[in-house]
Amino acid sequence: MPYFLAYEQLNDLIHALNALGYRCLGPQVQDGAIVFDDLADAKQLPWGMRDAQKPGHYRLQKSELNEAFAWANGPQAIKPLLFKPKESLWRVERDATGAFTFKETLPEQKPIALIGARACDLAGMAVQDKTLLQGKYVDAQYRWHREHLLIIAVNCSYSGGNCFCVSTKTGPKATSGYDLALTEIQNGFVVEVGSDKGRDLINTLHCHEAEAAKIAAAAQRSSDAANMQTKRMPKDNSRALRDILMNNLEHPRWQEVAERCLSCGNCTAVCPTCFCHHQTEHPTVDGDGSVHAREWDSCFTEGHSYIHGQVVRDTTEKRYKQWLTHKLGTWWDQFDTSGCVGCGRCVTWCPVGIDLTEEMAAIAGESNVVVAKEEKDP
Amino acid sequence: MNVIDTPIDTKIVARSDESTDIFTLTLQFTDTEEKNYAFQPGQFNMLYLFGVGEVPISILSNGEDNRLYAHTIRRVGRVTDGLSLLQVGDHVGLRGPFGRGWPLDLAQGKDVLIITGGLGCAPSMSIIHHILKHRKNFGRLFILQGVKHSSDLIFKKQYEQWAALPNVQVALAADSSQPNWPGHTGLITELLDQINLDVNNTLCMMCGPEGMMRASVQRLTQLHFPEEAIYLSLERNMECAIGHCGHCQFGGDFICKEGPVFSYPQIKALLNKKGF
Repeated sequence: MPYFLAYEQLNDLIHALNALGYRCLGPQVQDGAIVFDDLADAKQLPWGMRDAQKPGHYRLQKSELNEAFAWANGPQAIKPLLFKPKESLWRVERDATGAFTFKETLPEQKPIALIGARACDLAGMAVQDKTLLQGKYVDAQYRWHREHLLIIAVNCSYSGGNCFCVSTKTGPKATSGYDLALTEIQNGFVVEVGSDKGRDLINTLHCHEAEAAKIAAAAQRSSDAANMQTKRMPKDNSRALRDILMNNLEHPRWQEVAERCLSCGNCTAVCPTCFCHHQTEHPTVDGDGSVHAREWDSCFTEGHSYIHGQVVRDTTEKRYKQWLTHKLGTWWDQFDTSGCVGCGRCVTWCPVGIDLTEEMAAIAGESNVVVAKEEKDP
Repeated sequence: MNVIDTPIDTKIVARSDESTDIFTLTLQFTDTEEKNYAFQPGQFNMLYLFGVGEVPISILSNGEDNRLYAHTIRRVGRVTDGLSLLQVGDHVGLRGPFGRGWPLDLAQGKDVLIITGGLGCAPSMSIIHHILKHRKNFGRLFILQGVKHSSDLIFKKQYEQWAALPNVQVALAADSSQPNWPGHTGLITELLDQINLDVNNTLCMMCGPEGMMRASVQRLTQLHFPEEAIYLSLERNMECAIGHCGHCQFGGDFICKEGPVFSYPQIKALLNKKGF
């Protein structure tokens, strides 16, 4: 049975998380965008803020609603907390004989409680789980962060101009991956429990069960958000895109998009599923040790495909083709899922407004525009 | 137990120069308890140069010998330059083995045709050692090696020794050659016309520049050699070796994990596509 958490109880929630030893992160306005940072008080939340998103466009504006989560998404998903932009992997010490001792390095930090993850962010996390957690090899650092993260998702009540999670079936309502999921209604939130940790947490807050009218209001919010979406991924982001892309490697659209693409890598940085990273080395000043680390890389850099004296993808056309064919196509071969979760970040944060749904539409010959809004059952 | 996440300490027990920019390091684990490391011919290790980084290098030796692991390396960047300066007694970190090696099972009872170009001969050494060690399990062995210039040929003595063995034919080709070059002057594909291939009972394994491999596949298929009996070892940028860093993606495959050895039908769709 869902609960109701009143606005006045938000600080109780933050305090309860702190008491459990969590560092609490939540959305707030910084430098004109909504980002996740330390949250000590519910006042810090982006009350009344709404994001206007279009290809290559993100602006915050005051909405008529004084709600805390009246926005779609910011540039970050959960990715920077789990698959960090920079992270040590192992360290080595060299003794007097010249012999090495290697030791894996695991994070030393407080567990994190994240408030405000969206359904698409959870979907992105599930995709990264497949890459870093569920394959033949497990990423120890990712696993550590994953095991030390509590997620309080907030279902969207509004879709931004670049959202298309309805067509990718990853939102706007979270269905799994959260400890608690909130849906904002008048004066508070309907709370659904997704895990034992979430249940223990909600029990400490002495919330009432939500009445039927509140549950119906929450369902209506999710349905409103879904009906707001104007964009879609052709073929509903299905496996069919794989063959369409791989059978069209000579399509003239690749050259056309390459003329617009700056090969800057913004799309890969904001993408909640992109996992490419390169490994770096940081020797200690005394010369007796060194830390082996990784940091995010992007297939849009020249170095990504460098191999002794040769760059495999030496043009923007080749790089964009690699990115899109992988994201929407060969990701299926590797992980039995699409690499796209419909968050629209790569569209918003592209400096020239390249829209992957539009590029896919040009190649697939199927529109990326939602024509008739379907009435969806809550 | 193999060494996947963090490297293990090894010591250089032998070092030799193969040419002005190619050298071989033979490594031994310093931890004598480490007895479970085992590799398949065609797999590779990540070698770590202290304070600089790792590089993927194929494993030359037959792991059944003495627990010594030879790696033949060309100086092409920071890590390999640094490795080239190391001497016997110096230490190197090692993670591995990684990837899928040559299809030994499928080669049982068949002739084996090995086509290599340039330093592509190195990843094939372990399979040649394996075949010669288990001679009765295999038919005839053809070893074809191509180089740009005859002076680029390494492992010359090894080729001479193999050529003297029964049921082994060695054929060498150089695009350009100096006087006294015992091999063919021309393309490696032309060597295929000099050997008596039994196209229906041979497994081909090749490693080298992709242009050379594409040309060899083309010539083989002209000779009615079945595509599914051709295996190729591919190479791309590799940093993690476990399919996480994304650099070696080749369509839906990670070359470090699903490869480096692939059957030709598995990769033919992308082998000729620029940018993959």
